[in-house]
This record gives sequence, structure tokens and C-alpha cells, in this order.
Amino acid sequence: MTVKYTKDHEWVRVEGDVGTIGISNFAQSQLGDVVFVELPEAGRVLEQGKEAAVVESVKAASDVYCPVSGTVIEANQALVDDPSLANNAPESDGWFFKVTLSDPSQLDALMDEAAYAAFVEESH
Amino acid sequence: MSQDSVTEAAETVKTTPLHALHVELGARMVPFAGYDMPVQYPLGILKEHQHTREKAGLFDVSHMGQVRLKPMGSTGTDPAAALETLVPGDITGLALGRTRYTLFLNEQGGILDDLMVTNAGDHLFLVVNAACKEQDIAHMRAKLAGLVEVEHLDDLALLALQGPLAAEVMARFVPEAATMKFMSCLTGVFNGLPVTLTRSGYTGEDGYEISCANADAEAIARALLAESEVEAIGLGARDSLRLEAGLCLYGHDIDTTTTPVDGALEWTLPKRRRAEGGFPGHAVIVQQLADGASRRRVGIQPDGRQPAREHTDILDANGAKIGEITSGGFGPTAGTPVAMGYVDRAHSAIGTPVTLMVRGKPLPARVAALPFVAQRYYRG
Repeated sequence: MTVKYTKDHEWVRVEGDVGTIGISNFAQSQLGDVVFVELPEAGRVLEQGKEAAVVESVKAASDVYCPVSGTVIEANQALVDDPSLANNAPESDGWFFKVTLSDPSQLDALMDEAAYAAFVEESH
Repeated sequence: MSQDSVTEAAETVKTTPLHALHVELGARMVPFAGYDMPVQYPLGILKEHQHTREKAGLFDVSHMGQVRLKPMGSTGTDPAAALETLVPGDITGLALGRTRYTLFLNEQGGILDDLMVTNAGDHLFLVVNAACKEQDIAHMRAKLAGLVEVEHLDDLALLALQGPLAAEVMARFVPEAATMKFMSCLTGVFNGLPVTLTRSGYTGEDGYEISCANADAEAIARALLAESEVEAIGLGARDSLRLEAGLCLYGHDIDTTTTPVDGALEWTLPKRRRAEGGFPGHAVIVQQLADGASRRRVGIQPDGRQPAREHTDILDANGAKIGEITSGGFGPTAGTPVAMGYVDRAHSAIGTPVTLMVRGKPLPARVAALPFVAQRYYRG
């Protein structure tokens, strides 16, 4: 199992050819209390770096970009029902959606946990 | 992920006397109206909002302008009569120790700022918005030259203690505060420090604004924060609290392009002033009162959970634009998204279904009564 991060503060956890995608703990701490999420429907084809979901906190609306290209297989209904999961469990129960990866080689250019931690430290 | 909210550019940023305390408390500081201000503390906006509705919250509003109006020299001018030439409120009829909300208007009836005026006996005490204070003071000095001395009290800080337990907390320090009525004022002593208390605020809750010397602000803030009911509350929660309470934010819900009639603020236009006039924009306002304004500020209640933010277009059933959201977000006490905005008069009745265009998608909503959360002022 691999977890990779983007500079836009999304994470993708890869198991086989399935990627589970969410926002990082740092991202949720910057957003503040999440009150609404809009997630992509199953079957939607997403391209790496393109808008995939919307997350609204008490402060602002933000786009969530897809870290890797793929086809959506499931959105997290529990997160829709209780958006505070994005704050309380951002990198576990607060996942956004799952995709089947169409180009796993894209993962190579993303950061691992240590590199992401250093990126956050350096840029903020 | 990227935020589409716009943060103001940091220029020469000013600070309030509580700046070090905010930082010590772990606040996230943002530029606001030229000041480095706490948008939230570690508690977070949602919990800060709820705490204020349930207990008591302490706000630093020292960035706002405090102004004293006195007769100029020995002219014997009544500052209340002079101020009435700039605002539509009844100021000459304001009893000693009473406070009133009013508006600076331009010649078209547009709103230059909203403000609180207190009759402090030998002077009028004004509180104006931070972003407008320099222009308000210049406006008064220009229009009231030779009549009224306009003194900017920038040696004073301003705190707000708001919430259902605010009175109980304040009475521990200033016992006579307990029986003050909403929109009244008294001068007192807080732990040996002189304060001017006004029973007012901008959250819809009972509470006080506390005017004190800059040098005393931190001691007063620390004393209040040491009370178990009190938490420090940032500008983020202040915004959601006032929005739920249906209160206008200047520069968003009201500005120079909106009149008091457009803004559903007819209650700031007392009968005598409507009849006598003598304030800027009187003709326009009287005409609007008779014929109705073409648009009106209303509450907007989106269906579902998605908030609609400022500048969201409001459409009618046929997809024609009928207005725009001017404040919007999630109402933690309402438990739903809440918003206000302007719609064409034909669509301003409560319950009218409308469509909001949120991120390119239609979101059903309806015109709703304001406030979203009942105001709980202390009227004795």
C-alpha cells in the first residue's frame, strides 16, 4: 500500500489498481470546519490535476483536484452525510472518492509522506 | 486543492492593543480593514460561534473607530442637531445614556457607513466601521466644520462580550451592568479601570461593548477570559453570528449603491425625520417609501447543505437574473446554509422560490425571513 501526496494537499492511497483520494490533515487544518462536500459520481472519468470535488468550510469553497487520472468507482456517502469527517479523520474515514487508476505511472511524480511533510514545513 | 477566497493584500498593517494576546492564544491572524486581526482561535469558527450562542464570547473590535462629537468652542451648537444633517436617525430625541443605530447617507440616499450613536451627556459617542473610519471622520469634519469638534478617540480600545451569560459575567466586575437595558450606556469601573459599557453588540445575543483605554484593554480581556464561561472569538464567528442575526455587514450588504429602503432598514427612518427631512438623500428616500424600491434586501435560505457565497447570482423560475447574494455561508446555529442578498421587488416576498447559481450549477432556494436565529437582546 502506497500513500502519495500532491502540492495541492490531496492524498491518494493505492491498493492494487484502486486509488482512494482525500485531503491532507494540513489541508483540513487550513480550511477550518468543513460543512459541505460535493463528490464525483461513480463512472465519471477524471483527469489528473482537474477539478474532481468541492469542499466548503465555514470560511470558503475550495476545489479538490484529482491526484491521478482514473474512473470513479465510489464516493464516500458517510462524508456527504457528515462533512466534519474531513476534519476529524481526513486521512482515513474522511476519504472523498475512489478511482480505478488509468495511469499508475503518474504516482511516481507525487510526494511520499516524508517529502510532503517537508513540503508543508517549507512552504508554510 | 485551492481556495477561491480572496485575501486582502497586506499593506502597512496596523495592530490593536490585544495583538500580542491574540498571538499568545494561538489565533490565526489575517489582514482586515488595515489591521492584523484574529479570524479564529484554536477552538475554530464553528465552536466559537456555538460557544457565543450558548455561553459568552469575547471579541476584539478595537479596529472600529470611536469618535466624540462636542460643540465647537463656545458656539453652543447641539452636536445632535448637527449630526442629524448627515444621518436619518432621531439623534436630538436620543435620551441621555441611550444608544441608537443609524447611517451616514450621501445625496442619493446611498449608505456611506452604519454606526452607533450614544448620548453621553456633554458629548455624542460614535462607533463607526474600521474600514470607513478615516472617511467618516473627514466627512464629519468637512460637513460640520465650525459647529462640532470631531475627536477621534484612537487612545481607546473596544471589546465586545456577547452571549446569554455575558450579563452574569459582566456583573461580577461591574454590578450595575446587570440591569442596563439593550442600547443603553453607562460609565463604570472594571477592576479599578474606567470603562464605558454599552449594552449592544453585533451577534444577535445579549451583551456589551466595552470601551477602555488602550493601555487597560489587555488586563480587561485577560480578566474576562479567566471566567469559565468566556472564550476568545474571532472575526470568522463574528461574521456567521451577525449573518444569522440578519445584521448587515457594511461594504457587503449595504454600501453607497444601496439606500436604507433598498436595505430593508426603514426602521432607521423615524416619522419625524421622514416628514422634516434635513438629511442627505431625503427626497430619494421619501420617493422610495411611497413607491417602493426596485429591489430589496432579503434572507435567502438555500435548500440542502451547500452554502451560497457573496456574489452568487439569484435567478427566477425562468432563469432570469433577479439579484445577487451579498453575504452567505453556513449558519452553525441554524444548522443550514444561510444568506442574504438583494432581489427585484417582485420576488421579495418571503417564501418565493429562487435559484442560486453556485459554481455553475443551479441550487434551489427560497426567500426567507430575517433573522435566521432570533435576536435575544435584554430589554429589562
